[in-house]
Amino acid sequence: MTNRFSWFSATSLTLGMAFLYLPILILVVYSFNESRLVTVWGGFSTKWYGELFRNEAFLDAAWVTLRVALISATVATLLGTLAAYALVRAGKFRGRTLFSGMIYAPLVMPEVITGLSLLLLFISIGMDRGITTIILAHITFGMCFASVVVSSRLVAFDASLEEAACDLGCTPVQAFFYVTLPVIAPAIVAAWLLAFTLSLDDLVIASFTSGPGATTLPMKIYSQVRLGVTPEINALSTLLIGFVSIGVILASLAGKRAAVET
Amino acid sequence: MTLPFAPWADPAAEPLIDLRNVTKRFGAFEAVRDLSLTIHEREFFAILGPSGCGKTTLMRMLAGFETPNEGQILLDGQDLTPIPPAKRPVNMMFQSYALFPHLTVEKNIAFGLKREGIPKDEIADRVTDIMRLVQLTDFARRKPDQLSGGQRQRVALARALVKRPKLLLLDEPLGALDKKLRQETQFELMNIQETLGTTFVIVTHDQEEAMTVSSRIAVMRAGELAQVATPTDLYERPETRFVADFIGEVTVLEGRVTTASRGGVGLAAMEDAPDLRVMTEDTPPAGTTAWLALRPEKVSISAARPDGADNALSGKVLDIAYLGNISTYHVELANGTIIKAQESNRQRADRRGITWEDTVWVTWEEDAGVLLRA
Ligand SMILES: Nc1ncnc2c1ncn2[C@@H]1O[C@H](COP(=O)(O)OP(=O)(O)OP(=O)(O)O)[C@@H](O)[C@H]1O
Ligand SMILES: [Mg+2]
Repeated sequence: MTNRFSWFSATSLTLGMAFLYLPILILVVYSFNESRLVTVWGGFSTKWYGELFRNEAFLDAAWVTLRVALISATVATLLGTLAAYALVRAGKFRGRTLFSGMIYAPLVMPEVITGLSLLLLFISIGMDRGITTIILAHITFGMCFASVVVSSRLVAFDASLEEAACDLGCTPVQAFFYVTLPVIAPAIVAAWLLAFTLSLDDLVIASFTSGPGATTLPMKIYSQVRLGVTPEINALSTLLIGFVSIGVILASLAGKRAAVET
Repeated sequence: MTLPFAPWADPAAEPLIDLRNVTKRFGAFEAVRDLSLTIHEREFFAILGPSGCGKTTLMRMLAGFETPNEGQILLDGQDLTPIPPAKRPVNMMFQSYALFPHLTVEKNIAFGLKREGIPKDEIADRVTDIMRLVQLTDFARRKPDQLSGGQRQRVALARALVKRPKLLLLDEPLGALDKKLRQETQFELMNIQETLGTTFVIVTHDQEEAMTVSSRIAVMRAGELAQVATPTDLYERPETRFVADFIGEVTVLEGRVTTASRGGVGLAAMEDAPDLRVMTEDTPPAGTTAWLALRPEKVSISAARPDGADNALSGKVLDIAYLGNISTYHVELANGTIIKAQESNRQRADRRGITWEDTVWVTWEEDAGVLLRA
């Protein structure tokens, strides 16, 4: 192990990590800044966190974002998995190529267009814009990503595993739950995480589809930053980072456990 | 004295598997055509044939993954057609092994028993027993990706066997193994089959493997059975040129039957040479076309014409295939026909007399070959 981990890989790893995480680290450090001036260090303090938790607007936004992300990621993963299963497994049905092409299209579609078209749809069917419309919009694009992630795993999945399960006494439904699902579980977890994170940090689509009273955190941050960066924003971002990291770690642990057990 | 194991020869014996005029179509293509076959309990039955002849399709119909378009499959006299794979007393060992990657060896093997709802202690006992039988005890806690090819193959075998099926299907089980491991595993398979008394049906590409392990072999060709017989019969008494050619090496000489008498015929196989003398029980009428199939090891080769041989032809050595223990000589006759003759190499290669371009005699007895009518 030691000799494979040469100075070359050590250096490139350090550089890569620095490139990725230095800006974030700076943000985290300044969130503990005593001074109101963002770029001048005035000693350690957690007062901005206190400020943040007294800021109703931020807390509301955080609650909206969390609900949107949880619901949309879960529904998107469910629908995305079903779509992937149908596309990979159901064999050739009429319009399969069209369908699979269409499911990937939103991945490459500019977000502005997705947002705008959803907005037009909601207006034309007379739907009041608010948290529901944001959730629907996030399900739409989250599902595409989820189905891509799950289907890449399903393609590699040996179909004879399901036949073997049936041969050993499973009904097709049992075969899916005892064999297919555990085998593709890591991909489903990854798909959920992806959909969750995408929903957390989406600004464009949420802006198009939200209405009065439904402001997500990215929207809130964006509107605040236009008035100037405050240490409060740094504190908020630090919390977001912590939240996402814990989520990722938990999910990967769960994925590993699922792979070991059962 | 025990009688040889040959339940298929007994017309009163009830077969375990009875395929009746089974046809399977994929679209307009007939993968299996009007096939009838019986397999008896405790048999080690091999299905042999070229790629695409329908071997896997036949197995999948027995396992229940394909439904015949026509005909019936009976197991112990009961029609299998409406029974789903999960409910059949038939298990399959897949060509890809199809081990569950998320389960340990132990849990892979226990999988089928759990679905049956067998009590925990009994499952544990049966899994332990079968792991001992296939020598996997030391690997119980490993995942399939931590096993070698041979070990995976044994897990797949154990997982199917632990269900105690009436019929075990093996689709090219040894395809992924190298030759030495393959031979060892063949003997292991035969031992296990004898220990448990389960009926095995094995699909293989490898005719040597089929000859080694099986009680009977079915040779398939384009969805139909070419011949079903014991390994010896198949080798010594093939019924068609296809079978003769498919099993082992052979020289086939085409000729016209000139004289037909009980027990033997004369076969005019080439111009300006005396008729070949062939012994046969099933005498074709004079004037018809027939083929003589000759195994190379039954043909002798010598520099001088030997006295008293029933059939002797002269030719030139075209090629020598040196296989270590034996050599196969390809002898070209004056009319271009090539006859293969085999000699065992009792002497060192550099001391043997016959070499390329030599004029030699190939000789064989009248009962050495088989007369084929198709
Ligand atoms: N699901 C299917 N749809 C269409 N054709 C099929 C299907 N399964 C098999 N076939 C065709 O049926 C024929 C027999 O296939 P099968 O898999 O039984 O061959 P095989 O004897 O097992 O060959 P191999 O030795 O290469 O495994 C082939 O021509 C194959 O292309
Ligand atoms: Mg096959």
